[in-house]
Amino acid sequence: MNVIVCVKQIPDPALPGALDPATNTLKRDGKLILDESDSYGVEMALQLVDAAGGGEVSLVSMAPNGEVSGMRTALAMGAARGVLVSDPALQGSDALTTAKVLAAAVRRLGGADLVIAATESSDGYTGTVPEQMAELLGLPSVTFAKKVAVEGTSVKVQRQTEEGYDEVTCTLPALLSVTAGVVEPRYPSFKGIMAAKSKPIDEVKAADLGISPVGWAGAGQQIASVTQAEARAAGEIIEDDGEGFTKIVAYLENLKVI
Amino acid sequence: MAVNNIWVFAQINNGAPTSGTLELLTKARSLGATVSAFMAGDGAAAAAALGSYGATKVYATGDLAGKLPGVAVASAMKAVIDGGDVPDLVLFPQNYEGRDVVSRLSVKLDRTVLTNNVDVEINGDLVSVTTPIFGGNTLVSTTFTGTGPHLAVFRPKSFAAEASGGGAASVAAAPVPDLGATGGATMTASHVEESTGPKLDEADIVVSGGRGLGEAGNYSLVESLAKQLKGAAGASRAIVDAGWVPYSMQVGQTGKVVKPNVYLAVGISGSTQHMVGMKGSKHIIAINKDKEAPIFGIADLGIVGDALKVLPKLIEALQGR
Repeated sequence: MNVIVCVKQIPDPALPGALDPATNTLKRDGKLILDESDSYGVEMALQLVDAAGGGEVSLVSMAPNGEVSGMRTALAMGAARGVLVSDPALQGSDALTTAKVLAAAVRRLGGADLVIAATESSDGYTGTVPEQMAELLGLPSVTFAKKVAVEGTSVKVQRQTEEGYDEVTCTLPALLSVTAGVVEPRYPSFKGIMAAKSKPIDEVKAADLGISPVGWAGAGQQIASVTQAEARAAGEIIEDDGEGFTKIVAYLENLKVI
Repeated sequence: MAVNNIWVFAQINNGAPTSGTLELLTKARSLGATVSAFMAGDGAAAAAALGSYGATKVYATGDLAGKLPGVAVASAMKAVIDGGDVPDLVLFPQNYEGRDVVSRLSVKLDRTVLTNNVDVEINGDLVSVTTPIFGGNTLVSTTFTGTGPHLAVFRPKSFAAEASGGGAASVAAAPVPDLGATGGATMTASHVEESTGPKLDEADIVVSGGRGLGEAGNYSLVESLAKQLKGAAGASRAIVDAGWVPYSMQVGQTGKVVKPNVYLAVGISGSTQHMVGMKGSKHIIAINKDKEAPIFGIADLGIVGDALKVLPKLIEALQGR
């Protein structure tokens, strides 16, 4: 059982985001970390390989610079190797180009029984890349998986819906997108962190994968303007002195909702 | 190429179009183009309802026999487009099925897709969409380049739904072609997680809890308050990820978008991810220990304090009213 996980290295979401004034793209020049959403996919992949009793977990990632620290985190968790498509030309790429690049990286690894991605990244959150990759790779797909079990040549998935969940059976090979919180991502052990340093990351350019045009030239979109939204008028903020609840009661009374 | 032909991916739930579908039909109609709805399932049953919001034609795939809509509907759309009816713009709702269909279609047509939008504007041949970022404090306007079909995905409640009084739409069959290997996923059962009280995205009052509640057991305070106010209980992503409450209760970018009359955020700091899902609420009340929490930046009434001290008193004060 071989699984490929798509991972994204993003600016720390705890820090305020900013746009590059020259390009109006998200600033990604600082330290990048493994998107927490992807840690669930990595954990799930490791568990599935474990349950199958053999095989390995590989990673694919794309970044405009050669940043690997987020990938090292996933390698330290237990993934065996990765392909990083690192190319300044990729800056400004739209989701479709990103999917083409990652799908090509999956092919470079020789494909897998399962390809796993998060439902969306925490910084760009377009949310289309997994399903686009499935179409590019000619695979069936199940998005928003919250529980996954491989049974022979198919995979059984509990898929999140608006009002509950669906049970879905899917033939392998397939692509899944997994929601956050479905498994408990392991903390890398010291041994894992040390081992990750020598695990192979195959760094390639978009052109090596035969993908062009990429970046701004390949994007079917152009940012026309960036404006500040109308701010909400400042409200009344008070420190609770034990009677703060009366303020809420009065506010609700005033709105005639109680 | 003016924008003359707009499609809406229509979703039918329990025999009626979803509110998101009606919102998109209303908006499409206002753009001055011919509007067609494209849906999975039986078109004849939905033609009157879709027509009354402005669709003049309904493409329907017929029963999907358990196939997931993503690849099935996208393939049916591609077949109609190849057959000569080429839309200039296709509008999708931002939800599970909408995203799956648009993603598959974008590859089949080799066209970009713009998601998370709250508005669309047409200037001659140019189609632009508006996307809020950084929790909604910044608006980005993006224009599609190249030729259509342009593919755009909209958040729920971006537009008001208004009936047009139009007659039933004509129905055209849009059968799903052979999907080959991509059709390997089949739904075998569907489960509804029952909740009592009003639905989260329709309630007039929403009370949501977050990490500031300390532990899972304290979430019952949020539920009690919601019940007292005849509202719905919601949650931040943090406590959904932590397994305190099911995903169906999540308010935010990946969860539900709510616009109630009153929104009470209890122990929620106000991450970008949460704020985009509730910023449109008419009145916002926040309770949080940290006075620097971003939620206070958008709150009409903010109580800086421990939610576990404020909530029990509030619940008691409301009892018997």
